[in-house]
Amino acid sequence: MADVSIRNVRKSYGKTEVVHGVSLDIPDGTFVAILGPSGCGKSTVLRMIAGLETITAGEIAIGGQVVNALEPRERGCAMVFQNYALYPHMTVADNIGYALKVAGVAKAERRRRVEEAARTVELTEFLDRRPGQLSGGQRQRVAMARAIVREPKVFLFDEPLSNLDAKLRAAMRLEIRRLHNRLKATSVFVTHDQAEALTLADLVVVMNAGTIEQIASPRDLYRHPASRFVAGFIGSPPMNMMPGVITAGGGVEIAGGGRLAIDLDDFDIEIGRAVDVGMRPEDVILDSRMQDAAATGQPALAFTAELTEELGATRLIYGKSGARDFAIAMPASSPQLPHGQVTRVHAAPARIHLFDQTTGLSLRNVARAQAQ
Amino acid sequence: MIERTPILNFVTHAILLSGLVILLLPIFIVLIATTHDLPTVNTVPMPLWPGSHMLENWSAAWTKGDFARALVNSLVVAVGVTVGKITIAALSAFSIVYFRYPGRTVLFWLIFITLMLPLEVRIVPTYAVAADALRPIKALFSLGNIDIGLPEWNLLNSYTGLILPLIATATGTFLYRQFFLTVPEELCESAKMDGAGPLRFFWDILIPLSATNMAALAVIMFVYAWNQFLWPLLVVNKPHMMTATVQLDRIVPGPLFGQPPIWNEAMAATLIVMIPPLIVVIMLQRWFIRGLIQSDK
Repeated sequence: MADVSIRNVRKSYGKTEVVHGVSLDIPDGTFVAILGPSGCGKSTVLRMIAGLETITAGEIAIGGQVVNALEPRERGCAMVFQNYALYPHMTVADNIGYALKVAGVAKAERRRRVEEAARTVELTEFLDRRPGQLSGGQRQRVAMARAIVREPKVFLFDEPLSNLDAKLRAAMRLEIRRLHNRLKATSVFVTHDQAEALTLADLVVVMNAGTIEQIASPRDLYRHPASRFVAGFIGSPPMNMMPGVITAGGGVEIAGGGRLAIDLDDFDIEIGRAVDVGMRPEDVILDSRMQDAAATGQPALAFTAELTEELGATRLIYGKSGARDFAIAMPASSPQLPHGQVTRVHAAPARIHLFDQTTGLSLRNVARAQAQ
Repeated sequence: MIERTPILNFVTHAILLSGLVILLLPIFIVLIATTHDLPTVNTVPMPLWPGSHMLENWSAAWTKGDFARALVNSLVVAVGVTVGKITIAALSAFSIVYFRYPGRTVLFWLIFITLMLPLEVRIVPTYAVAADALRPIKALFSLGNIDIGLPEWNLLNSYTGLILPLIATATGTFLYRQFFLTVPEELCESAKMDGAGPLRFFWDILIPLSATNMAALAVIMFVYAWNQFLWPLLVVNKPHMMTATVQLDRIVPGPLFGQPPIWNEAMAATLIVMIPPLIVVIMLQRWFIRGLIQSDK
């Protein structure tokens, strides 16, 4: 058990820098997910923790000890790879016990620990098989047992679920979380799948283009995205974005028509500032009773539905607001929205996000947001 | 696509069978020739029915060729070449594929180029080195007019001299390199995480995985070394170091000596020399074929 501290770490391949100064503190026993699009440097960060990549600049410490110069085996990390990386010529038992064998653990002790690890992941009856005779989910479990058996300080997962089918993936997700709850070991889980990150992790780190965009709990990440990138990356379908200008009296004038009410105290902004306005599809409220915006004076946007997707519990409606694409998510039980008809939509002021147009950073007043 | 029709089946089998007959007929004639006495063998046409002199011909060939000794020599050389070749090939390919150091691509291509230089092309310099293995080092020093007084290290008439020059070829390195490139990188990283050093990874993971390749290479190299003729003929001039293939030449006296060749005994000797590689091929053929066609990872 140990905490992991990453201090201003950079990675360059030749002249190309792929990780631009990442700092992250992972408290002991925390499950951290590093989430980001492919090529954002998330796997590189993980591999630098593992010792499979050298650290160009900065420091990584595990349990208070700086590990920059240590070999992978000296760092006390265990890793689960995307394609499992099992040794094809060894039995499951030998695969699980290989690290112990290398470390010179006595045979009887080795056997006991292998059996215990196999029991943890329910593999006892497969110990004599070869990896080639196992299904994808079972191989994944072997890979996990191989990590568990070493009793590492830190577990590292490199997109371990992306080779599994959707149903198995959800089941393994639960198993990994259950395992973490039992072992309470510090874990770092790299994924590009937001559902995995949000369901598994205590703390989600969103990375983009070699930098950290936000570190937050899954709930905060969703409710208070720190930047336009995070807002667009988390949530499916992504947040609706449109440019607008803050007007007096707690409103934001959307470019291309429409107006939304906001609570000015929630944000660090001044009247007349140009911002990007974000609204999650599931936060959109239909105003079907008031067809005429001018008649009611109620702030709202015009929305024309074009396409409906039924997803079982929810219904997604894609359409246009002005010239912009706009999506709405609503319960499947709500009445159908006829295509081509103009509807008025708005959202609760607390559910509207504002971002700086140049930096992309959230304009939400942090102190106030945390107080809520 | 595999088509199965009765006519096609018949045709393909007919082609296979005729190929087999064409291959086996000469060997059959050789075998028949060993069962007749010399006058019968020299009649035209030679009878294709076995005679009754088989045992005496085979034992005459055995003693004349001193095969009790020569076969052992050949076996030592062939096994030595096979083992040495596999060791050097696996290690050099391991270095080229798994380690990053300056000039490794150049090194690989240097090794690769030797594919174009068979023993016959470089036989004179190779002989010079075999006559004194330290000669290249001396030559290097003599460029600077330094005489470091190295002794002469003669490899002629020794197993070392027979084996070493045959080991240094690129086929094995190339085969192993191609195999190592197909091994997923994660296996290496996984071994690193498990705490295995490079040699441990090589021994525990790569060697077992390449067992079928190794068998294929072993068969090829054993037969290659066994069949060597020119090199043993050159470096060995003492009878007790002769290899079987060279002895074969000796029991067929050429027209040079004004004697007619004793074909029945020569043919028996040929078959004796063929048997050991045949056994090796039969023993390893299952692995050999798997090594050539299978990519089971």
